[in-house]
Amino acid sequence: MNPFRRSPFVIAAAVLVYVFLYAPIVGLVLYSFNASRANVKFEGFIPEFSDRVVMDGSLVKSSPCGPFHWYCDLAKNDDVAEAAGNTLTIAFTATIISTIIGTMSAIALQRYDFKIKPFSQLALYIPIVIPEIVMGIGALTLFSQLFGWINATFNLSGNARLSLGMATVTISHIAFMVPFVTLVVQARLQGFDKSYEEAAMDLGADEWTTFRRVTFPMILPGVMSGALLAFTLSLDDFVITFFTNGPGSTTLPIYVYGLLRRIITPQVNALSTVWILIVFLAVLALQIIQNREQKQHS
Amino acid sequence: MASEFAVEMRDIVKRFITPEGNEMAAVDNVTMQIKNGEFFSMLGSSGCGKTTSLRMIAGFEWPTEGEVYIEGVAMGHTPPFQRKVNTVFQSYALFQHLTVYQNLAFGLEMEGAKDDEIKKRVGHALDMVQLTGMDRRKPKQLSGGQQQRVALARALVKTPDVLLLDEPLGALDLKLRKEMQLELKALQQQLGITFIYVTHDQEEALTMSDRIAVMSKGKVQQMGTPVEVYERPSNKFVADFIGESNFFEGKIKSLSKDEASVFIPSLNAEVVGMPVSEGLVKGEEVVVSIRPEKIRITEKDLKNTNLFHARVTNTVYIGADTHVYLDVNHAKLKVLEQNRISRLDPKSFYVVGQDVWLMLMPENTLVLKKD
Repeated sequence: MNPFRRSPFVIAAAVLVYVFLYAPIVGLVLYSFNASRANVKFEGFIPEFSDRVVMDGSLVKSSPCGPFHWYCDLAKNDDVAEAAGNTLTIAFTATIISTIIGTMSAIALQRYDFKIKPFSQLALYIPIVIPEIVMGIGALTLFSQLFGWINATFNLSGNARLSLGMATVTISHIAFMVPFVTLVVQARLQGFDKSYEEAAMDLGADEWTTFRRVTFPMILPGVMSGALLAFTLSLDDFVITFFTNGPGSTTLPIYVYGLLRRIITPQVNALSTVWILIVFLAVLALQIIQNREQKQHS
Repeated sequence: MASEFAVEMRDIVKRFITPEGNEMAAVDNVTMQIKNGEFFSMLGSSGCGKTTSLRMIAGFEWPTEGEVYIEGVAMGHTPPFQRKVNTVFQSYALFQHLTVYQNLAFGLEMEGAKDDEIKKRVGHALDMVQLTGMDRRKPKQLSGGQQQRVALARALVKTPDVLLLDEPLGALDLKLRKEMQLELKALQQQLGITFIYVTHDQEEALTMSDRIAVMSKGKVQQMGTPVEVYERPSNKFVADFIGESNFFEGKIKSLSKDEASVFIPSLNAEVVGMPVSEGLVKGEEVVVSIRPEKIRITEKDLKNTNLFHARVTNTVYIGADTHVYLDVNHAKLKVLEQNRISRLDPKSFYVVGQDVWLMLMPENTLVLKKD
């Protein structure tokens, strides 16, 4: 018999955790199929397919996409497409750059002893623990001061003027993602025996070849976990993006926030559902990589 | 070949900074000359500087002072990948993400060898270590002994002038280790290349080596053939570290060109006719060393010189030998008796409390300087 008897309290706690975690998500997904445009109350699914959208007041009676009416509506929305494009562009760019910087700093912290090493290590934790809003305001202040000074000094005008946009959002994302990547890669490097690198050099590989052929392939699972974590963080970042974005750099979280201030149609729910699906797949991939890594270690 | 010596270490000092900020010499003024085709061992307990010495030959560390020569060429700060030596690591350091074949091919690819040549040489190396047909396995899918052979083959496939081995058999069980010792020695003789072998296991060093450097505290205590370091240890440390010894403190009573007699207070007797080593003077306080297997026990008083009355305090049967512990006057002493006959009958051997006589053969004793 299992010595750890199941207490009813533990079961109740587990159920509550799952309810509070997943009930809002289930509700959100359900409402994305709502026939009511007002989306205050669930009025049932859209029952029929038809050539064109038929409305009865605020209720959708039939649609070419049937119950998936709001998803089709979403697909036709150019603003959403643009926001999604911006989000992915920023996420991919920031992930690639922050993974490179984070991996390099993790290796440097692991391999070399230098005077400011304790400070560097501490400096990595600070962006993780300080409130995002502080970082957001900080980034905004920095960019506006810097850009103001540059624009004034070089007498820039019109399109040449530096302003907030895709670049500032991407730079800010890189700044807050680097510590996460570094910490994940560092964890992977902790058990890394330097004799692997010595063996490679002993067999005739120079430093760069050693890194390319031995070190990097061996820490790749850690680097991939770091990159995926950074990617998901960038995808759903709101606060920092809110402060650093400008015209033409609206991301999905910013766009949804904008929609909510006007009218909440089930289109927002449809958008959220698609989004959850993407993030879920990313997390699943992360999990699979970590599992495989664990198997290799055992 | 360019030089008589495969590897030469000249006045090597290697200092490290400890975490407390102190300077520590891991290797302290070491000079070694390792001949071509020699099986040379560095023997010592952990922290004696043997591994650091090996790493300086490989190029993983640079000496603080002195110079390493390989085939007569000063190495200076030459990186490991430009030295014609290869290493078998204690942890094997096999590349886990590569197959056995890819592990062996790695070093040849670095030389720029062609695919068919790599294939031929890897196949040959795998045959040599009896791992034919294992080329597609990953290191994790091999036993410890097989991984050890892959590590050996990966270094040997490069046909180095000198092979460096850092406790390569340390992780294997006793029986496999003994097999591998003989196999390594045979391989070295067959290939004719220089092996520099680091170990803390004195039996391993004695089994395989042409010459041994016994190291302690960063210094070479003695360098010589296995017979020399065992039979003529140059100081108490070596006598104690290699094999076992009974030690007695004493004082030189008389000294001639080739014989010394020493008064040993704990035996309350003088041992006469012992061979002398250089640098001893009359009246000097010395240590007399006698190996346990070189003492004879008799049950009769033979009225001989160097014969002492003793009492058996304990006997320990360990299969091939029996260890007999004795009290002689105020001294305690250990004697190793070979079990040439079956000891099933308890009467066939000494019993605790029995009175016996010990014969110290002077030619088997050593007079050593006090440390």
